[in-house]
Amino acid sequence: MKILVCVSKTPDTTSKIAFTDGNTKFDEAGVQWIINPYDEWYSLVRAIELKEANPAATIHLVTVGNADAEPIIRKALALGGDEAIRVNTDNSDAYFIAAQIAEVAKQGGYDLIFTGKETIDYNGSSIGGMVAELVDAPYISLATKFDLNGTTATVVREIDGGEETAEVALPVVVSCQKGMAEQRIPNMRGIMAARTKPLKVVDPIAIDALTSIHSFELPPAKAGVKLVAPDNVAELVRLLHEEAKAI
Amino acid sequence: MSVLIFIDQSEGVVKKSSLEALTYGADLAKQLGTSAEGIVLGTVSDDLAALGKYGVSKIHQVNNASLNNVDAQVYASVLSEAATIAGATVLVFSHNQTGKAVAARVAAKLKAGLVAGACALPDTSNGFSVKKTVFSGKAFAHVNILSATKVISLNPNSYKTVATEGTAVVEALAVTVSEPKVKVTAVNKITGEVPLTEADIVVSGGRGLKGPEHWGILLDLAKELGAATACSRPVGDAHWRPHHEHVGQTGVQVAPNLYIAIGISGAIQHLAGVNRSKVIVVINKDPEAPFFKAADYGIVGDAFEVVPQLTAAIQKMKAGA
Repeated sequence: MKILVCVSKTPDTTSKIAFTDGNTKFDEAGVQWIINPYDEWYSLVRAIELKEANPAATIHLVTVGNADAEPIIRKALALGGDEAIRVNTDNSDAYFIAAQIAEVAKQGGYDLIFTGKETIDYNGSSIGGMVAELVDAPYISLATKFDLNGTTATVVREIDGGEETAEVALPVVVSCQKGMAEQRIPNMRGIMAARTKPLKVVDPIAIDALTSIHSFELPPAKAGVKLVAPDNVAELVRLLHEEAKAI
Repeated sequence: MSVLIFIDQSEGVVKKSSLEALTYGADLAKQLGTSAEGIVLGTVSDDLAALGKYGVSKIHQVNNASLNNVDAQVYASVLSEAATIAGATVLVFSHNQTGKAVAARVAAKLKAGLVAGACALPDTSNGFSVKKTVFSGKAFAHVNILSATKVISLNPNSYKTVATEGTAVVEALAVTVSEPKVKVTAVNKITGEVPLTEADIVVSGGRGLKGPEHWGILLDLAKELGAATACSRPVGDAHWRPHHEHVGQTGVQVAPNLYIAIGISGAIQHLAGVNRSKVIVVINKDPEAPFFKAADYGIVGDAFEVVPQLTAAIQKMKAGA
């Protein structure tokens, strides 16, 4: 069984969000880069668990990005995974990225493709669905559980107001979220092993991006909290009703 | 050329987020000088013609019971065929769970640029630029769609529903509906509660409430406000409250009109799930709680005293109104 795990580089959750170049670029100064948490905690760790249950399985990681993505790819390899592929490009359009991953997927003939439910920077929740369409496979969005029995998967996914349990034959594309697995910390052996694991760099296929980022904008700063005395909740109710019009 | 809006339904009932999408799509059509049409899949008990009051002239329906469960692959195929038949150049979805399953697939199938998580009408003065939330609500991006066909999925609770007069023509649409490859074996809906992502008001509790046995005061307040209930990650992890109530970076992201946080310190991971809320009220006995920095209104005080008083004060206000 071959598993492909899609990994994206994102700024750490606690990063200061600021922009440069006339608000057209994310300000990377002082930013700590991490593996997108949904890619790491849920999809990669679940893939590793599947391999632990079936040692014949192989896990490949794929990222679409420039050389700056290599440290996080090595970290992902330290958690697990047999080799990594980096598609060398700066382009950030979701369709462009999905097309690159779909190309890698077609070449590798994977049974299972995992993505995180979204990246914490762009919040598009788009790559999994696009990849599934481009490789013509079923798509399980927002999965909270994934179990494998031979070549049939049993999945639980989030739907509006609840959850749905379903069965699907491989190959399948799954977007993973909380519930799939628990976060792991790479150990020293994993970190050492990751240094020598293959990290293939491939050129992107020619494809037109369908979107481009024009500019960024920060929300207006909050006016600051209006504090109400604990013995005067009626005043809070009045403010919420008359000023904020929230109740 | 038209704007086609996907109308999401569950058990025959049209979702609130779809009414927002309808209003948004109708306003967009007006801006583009074209017509707005809706499409609904599956068996619907709601009066579809009445959705005309949100500004759509026509609603296409594929009334096929096999579409009552959302299968991304089947839906994408049906919706892209429908878009072609309707001559739609812009497709509008809600960025809810269904939208997240389907919109990206449809976009890839139609080779249409997608803006997922839009929060305002496009700027069409020079190209087609859509504002969306990025960095988990901490910023916005203006994204140009470069392709002829465009797909937009709209963040729930970010566009105000406007109902006027009007009736839509409902037409059956003949498209190919293939057999889903995903077999749904069970659907488990949380009933009797306001769904978190659709709620106008959310009342949320943290570790400050000290234990599940103290949730009564929070539930009373939520009931009085018709609010959905939520919790912080430690509360979910400790099983004081069900996991699906966990709001934050790795849990549910909400954007209600009013978010009331009780006994939650406001870690950055929690804020990432709530900072699209329009008004935030924080009740915490620790004046140094970081949540106060993100709040609009706050009470530094003991939740066990403040919350029941707040419930009573709201009751009183409603009685007076």
